[in-house]
Amino acid sequence: MKQQTFFERLHLDVPLLLGLLLACIFGLVVLYSASGQEINTVYQQAFKMILAFGLMVAVAQISPTQLARISIWIFLSGLILLVLVLVMGYIGKGAQRWLDLGVFRFQPSEMMKLAMPMLLSWYLAEKTLPPTLSQTVMTIMLILVPVLLIVKQPDLGTAVLVGIAGFSALFVAGLGWRYLFGMIVLAASLAPVSWLFMYDYQRQRVLTFLDPAMDPLGSGYHIIQSMIAIGSGGLSGKGWLNGTQSHLQFLPERSTDFIFAVVCEEFGFTGVVLLLSLYLFIIYRGFHLAMNAQQSFGKILGTSIILTFFVYILVNIGMVSGQLPVVGIPLPLISYGGTSIVTLMIGFGMVMSVNTHRRFLSD
Amino acid sequence: MSAWLKLKYVDEETQLISWRITVSAMLVTLLFLAMLSRAFYLQIVMHDHYSTLSQSNRVKVVPIAPTRGLIFSHDGVLLADNRPSFSLEVIPEKTDDMDKLLAQLTPIMNLNESDISQFRIRLKQKRRFESVPLVFNLSDDEVARISVDLHRFPGVDIVARLNRYYPLGANTAHTIGYVGMINEEELKVLDASNYSATSHMGKLGVEKAYEDILHGKVGYQQVEVNAQGRVVRVLDRTPPVPGKNIYLTLDLSLQNLAVQALAGQRGAVVAIDPETGAILAMVSSPSFDPNLFVNGIDSKSYNEYLNSPEIPLLNRVLQGKYPPGSTIKPMLGLAALHYGIRSFADTTWCPGWYSLKGSSLRKGDWKKDGHGHTSLGRAIAESCDVYFYALANDLGIDRIHEWLYQFGLGQKTGIDITGESAGLLPSKQWKRATHNESWYPGETLNIGIGQGSILVTPLQLAVSTAAIASRGKVMQPRLFAEARDPVSGKVVKEGEPERIQMISNTEDEWSKIILAMNDVVHAPNGTARRISEGANYLFAGKSGTAQVFSLAQDEKYEASKLAKELHDHALFIAFAPLEQPKIAVSIIIENGGGGSANAAPIARQLLDNYLNRLEPIETPVTYETADLL
Repeated sequence: MKQQTFFERLHLDVPLLLGLLLACIFGLVVLYSASGQEINTVYQQAFKMILAFGLMVAVAQISPTQLARISIWIFLSGLILLVLVLVMGYIGKGAQRWLDLGVFRFQPSEMMKLAMPMLLSWYLAEKTLPPTLSQTVMTIMLILVPVLLIVKQPDLGTAVLVGIAGFSALFVAGLGWRYLFGMIVLAASLAPVSWLFMYDYQRQRVLTFLDPAMDPLGSGYHIIQSMIAIGSGGLSGKGWLNGTQSHLQFLPERSTDFIFAVVCEEFGFTGVVLLLSLYLFIIYRGFHLAMNAQQSFGKILGTSIILTFFVYILVNIGMVSGQLPVVGIPLPLISYGGTSIVTLMIGFGMVMSVNTHRRFLSD
Repeated sequence: MSAWLKLKYVDEETQLISWRITVSAMLVTLLFLAMLSRAFYLQIVMHDHYSTLSQSNRVKVVPIAPTRGLIFSHDGVLLADNRPSFSLEVIPEKTDDMDKLLAQLTPIMNLNESDISQFRIRLKQKRRFESVPLVFNLSDDEVARISVDLHRFPGVDIVARLNRYYPLGANTAHTIGYVGMINEEELKVLDASNYSATSHMGKLGVEKAYEDILHGKVGYQQVEVNAQGRVVRVLDRTPPVPGKNIYLTLDLSLQNLAVQALAGQRGAVVAIDPETGAILAMVSSPSFDPNLFVNGIDSKSYNEYLNSPEIPLLNRVLQGKYPPGSTIKPMLGLAALHYGIRSFADTTWCPGWYSLKGSSLRKGDWKKDGHGHTSLGRAIAESCDVYFYALANDLGIDRIHEWLYQFGLGQKTGIDITGESAGLLPSKQWKRATHNESWYPGETLNIGIGQGSILVTPLQLAVSTAAIASRGKVMQPRLFAEARDPVSGKVVKEGEPERIQMISNTEDEWSKIILAMNDVVHAPNGTARRISEGANYLFAGKSGTAQVFSLAQDEKYEASKLAKELHDHALFIAFAPLEQPKIAVSIIIENGGGGSANAAPIARQLLDNYLNRLEPIETPVTYETADLL
């Protein structure tokens, strides 16, 4: 047996760790500008990142076997908490996503982003792959129940991510192409029906997406201003701290959901290429780690976590650049806010875990 | 173990997952390329477009409203002022609970439901950081009351704004008009950029007619703003050009005198300088308070005005249409001389009635016993109806129409404020067009004494009187004297007298008719002889009594038996002095009874006031009577 390095003993993958660290540092740099040079905001975010990295390291110590074992319990408790949030939301008369636990506030839907791929990876990997029709149906049920509960909150962005996490697991586990296309066709045909179940503000967002010029000072404003920020950045950008769109507060939500527009405005196309390359590196490394996991559970779990991470990026950039309707999904590792970074890093902890915990039956 | 062998032992499951991960990686790569190409499109291809947008985004041009020009009377009295007025305003974003705030303010400010509902309408039109007025025109007492409690209400403040104010209120309301808030219809036709910061515009009277002079030119401020529109800093400033001050031809003491004279009655007074057409006084009674209209009149007050039987919103000077009655007679006398129908000495036998040849129609004179042998001079002085029945019959309606049209009847006078009526000057053609009937000779008789279908406005009556006074010059009436720059005081525009018509009577004809009118007030047999008592100047006049409803042929008019609104209108026209007249007036008092008794004394008051201020006149004066010639 080879001598283990420090990082190997800690079950950490150095390239992925470096990629994540770089992304976080870049995030803090952008945040300093986006927040209007509020160093305290940057400190707060840095603190959350350190906490998140700590959690990642901790989670990486948990073996895939253990992860599989606890997955059902995490899923079930997540489900119960979702129902609880909904009930309390009814009592509190309004959108309710949080559970106030006194010490800190807790978002059960966030927990589902990880509980979902864990449970499905466990459920699917237990059986032989690819899944049978009944297993597929069962999997879809397991996806839909929490997704609908989250939609009801209403939190469309998280619902999309939880759903994607579930379907990623199903896809990686070998869902038949016929079923896959069938589901895509079905989803596409059901999309107009969903209009009936939308809240007014959600409908407004879809309408705005279809035609931002419709109400340039109202709801179309975000998109128009963010596209101006992106476009005016040009090849090399206006320079760090020099983005007029963001500093004159034309850009809404500039340190959270719309931070990508700040990147574009201040660092230009060059900055975009750099950031996307960094993301792509993290994703490739994640796929590599997942593919080289020892068990199917780990492979499925790792891949679906990485795919979820990718969908974060896709949806956020899509909405900020006016190609997708506005849903509340942050730019991973860059946007200000503690919740998403904690979830993401725990996820990366699992990706590292599935790759680095190996059982050697015989040699 | 070789790599090849290792692969062979990899089971199908692992192969499946690896393949799916590879597909995922390919998909991810593809979508990353899509994101990159979108960024490329926006940042490189469309860069210029968005760069321009970004530039214009940062710098906003904020218009600054110019200060509206003031309006003065000819003697320099301020008629339309810009007054700082205090209003209580609320900034919505600084207020946590608007309903609670309004509830708290209600007892302090005595707010009623309409105040609050109007406030809520304004609230919706403004952005959250913009100040929204809650109560306008706070009194000193109200300012004091709310100031004490102001600290309790964050976001509530007392704000001073310039508000249009008319110090003389109702006295000049029909002439000056008023400004009001610009509505959507007006917005479509206004010069959008010049009015971009203006909230009010002239809606009536001089305020409306001279809007372009009064408004001024908008100024601009280049400011750097944030997305909420809040100004970060001012980059550049082009100050607005204030509107010009306007001086009117109105003589304010004459105007005030006319207002007093008409107080409590329905009617109109117009005074004109016959030489220039300058309007010296212009009063329509009753009037209204123009200050109520400036910030939007409340519906209760508006309905009161609208439903009042006295119709205070009607500008009687321009829009009131009355039969001229006997005031028409001097003009017809001029026609008789001009067309050679009568010489001045020709007499008509007046037995107290007139009957048309070959007709049973028999028209009575106001004097039952008749005037006897009546010349034109006496016919005017005594207002003999029979003389003018016969004259009208001989002139015929076509010549009467042609003649009176020259004096400005039946057409707009062209006064420089809008809304005037053309009155009605009947003709055969008119009768055919509107009633599809031929003209009856009997109707001509009625026109001869200013009754029947003929209708004039008090302004037309004043203009035609001024034309007699100036011996044939029909001048366009106007209110505008000059416009001055508010800063330098330099005159930038002057009102030019404009002659519309010259009536071609001989000097002798003019003199005779004017002397006949002089007889009306000075001769012992004149209908208005009482008003000349003690006058230190000679003047000319003519009374008129216009029937409001037609009596049957043998019916007698008895005022005591008729409802007030069926009483005759009292009319009087006058000018003075006889040589080079300085002032011509027309007076109409609705349902005022006889013109010589009720309207004529007002004329005397006006002439006295105006002439004695112009230059001291030596007393006494002698006059010659026209009838003796």
